[in-house]
Amino acid sequence: MSSRKLRILVGKPGLDGHDRGAKVVARALRDAGFEVIYTGLHQTPEQIVAAAIQEDVDCIGLSILSGAHNTLLPRVSTVLKEKNADDIAIFCGGVIPEDDIPGLKAAGIKEVFTPGTSTEDIIKWVKENIAEK
Amino acid sequence: MGLADRILNNDIRAAARLMRDIDDGLESAKAELKQLYPHTGKAYIIGITGPPGAGKSTLVDQITAEYRGQGKRVGVVAIDPTSPFTGGAILGDRIRMNRHAEDEGVFIRSLATRGALGGISHSTGDVVNVMDAMGMDVVIIETVGVGQDEIDIVRMAHTTIVIMVPGLGDDIQAIKAGILEIGDIFVVNKSDRDGADRTARELSVMLEMGHSRDSGWMPKVLMTEGNRGEGIKALVTECLAHKEYLLSSGALNKFIMEKNAVILMNMLKDGLFNEAFRIVSKNGKFDKMVQEITDHSSDPYTIVENTVKGLIVTNRN
Ligand SMILES: Nc1nc2c(ncn2[C@@H]2O[C@H](COP(=O)(O)OP(=O)(O)O)[C@@H](O)[C@H]2O)c(=O)[nH]1
Ligand SMILES: [Mg+2]
Repeated sequence: MSSRKLRILVGKPGLDGHDRGAKVVARALRDAGFEVIYTGLHQTPEQIVAAAIQEDVDCIGLSILSGAHNTLLPRVSTVLKEKNADDIAIFCGGVIPEDDIPGLKAAGIKEVFTPGTSTEDIIKWVKENIAEK
Repeated sequence: MGLADRILNNDIRAAARLMRDIDDGLESAKAELKQLYPHTGKAYIIGITGPPGAGKSTLVDQITAEYRGQGKRVGVVAIDPTSPFTGGAILGDRIRMNRHAEDEGVFIRSLATRGALGGISHSTGDVVNVMDAMGMDVVIIETVGVGQDEIDIVRMAHTTIVIMVPGLGDDIQAIKAGILEIGDIFVVNKSDRDGADRTARELSVMLEMGHSRDSGWMPKVLMTEGNRGEGIKALVTECLAHKEYLLSSGALNKFIMEKNAVILMNMLKDGLFNEAFRIVSKNGKFDKMVQEITDHSSDPYTIVENTVKGLIVTNRN
């Protein structure tokens, strides 16, 4: 009867301190009509993946400022594969040097938003790239 | 294999997907729910309600830990409001429950109200059924907790816990009678805060005043400090006492019958309406009816009367 509602997990892996950016993105996604499962700070990749599976999300949006993106993000991708859940896409935002982007994409991160990206750009990307299941 | 088969084989992804199909109102979900139904009716269902920020999610987390300590499997359904303007939602209850994320004995699902007003989503009952069929011993439902008309939870849960916090002060008088009637157990959380004792005392007095003698259960007021896990053991013990009361008094059977009567009534209503509407909408009949009412060549009362009569006659033949 009704159509699929897009569900997105937004969280913050790693140890860095605040989640302002993640919250801004979460709110923007809600305002775009999506259901956002917000899991907060200090998440391990394993916790993120477990939550994404239980919540049956279409994609995972991760915010990362700590500089640990090159280890944490590929790890989320690997754990998703281990759990046969790599149909769930990952995108990320935060302080990520341009040079690291190709490596992250090769590791299975579908999109990387660098500082200065507007929330509208993110919403547009989600609409265009996260196909309804 | 279908989703139900996979769920009965402990496939978590299948369970998560069926919950989504239920929430999205997919017709296919019904066949799966039919298949799961014989495997339901075993879980003990706890409802948790109370104002936003009272500590519901924190207590769900603690109660979950306590039951896990007893070796029980726990399902959690946490509900947050859908924005009426955008249809979107931020579901943030998991923040307090992250430590259970990887525990295979715990399954947590966040749901948005999607327009439902009673503190839970329309899908909640069926999602609980899926968790029940998954073999969860306990299912905890956290309601939205905005209004005081969160009565739907009472019908859904064997035991309803109402969470309050100190600082309501004199406002405790303002607590609507409704909230006192829905709780089987009352909790004053944030007992570290000033006024907790007073709030608990006032609540006890109000409960005693409102207590009817025919009721075999007198709700207690407990104090907790959710953050630090204080008072959780006593709370879970009180849940057990309530469950045992339900069993020994025969109240459980009455509760289940009433719950099923309401479920059946609602499903009949939906089913009959959908079928009737399908028939009435054929060949632009419905639009024609609207037109007749609009130009006053007929009235809605006559049209509905005749339509219902017509549907029943058709079905008799
Ligand atoms: N001081 C104090 N804070 C608490 C206690 N229990 C929970 N909190 C805090 O209250 C806030 C809201 O808790 P939450 O569980 O999200 O409330 P909910 O909106 O009712 O689900 C959080 O910051 C908790 O850490 C408590 O016993 N004492
Ligand atoms: Mg909550």
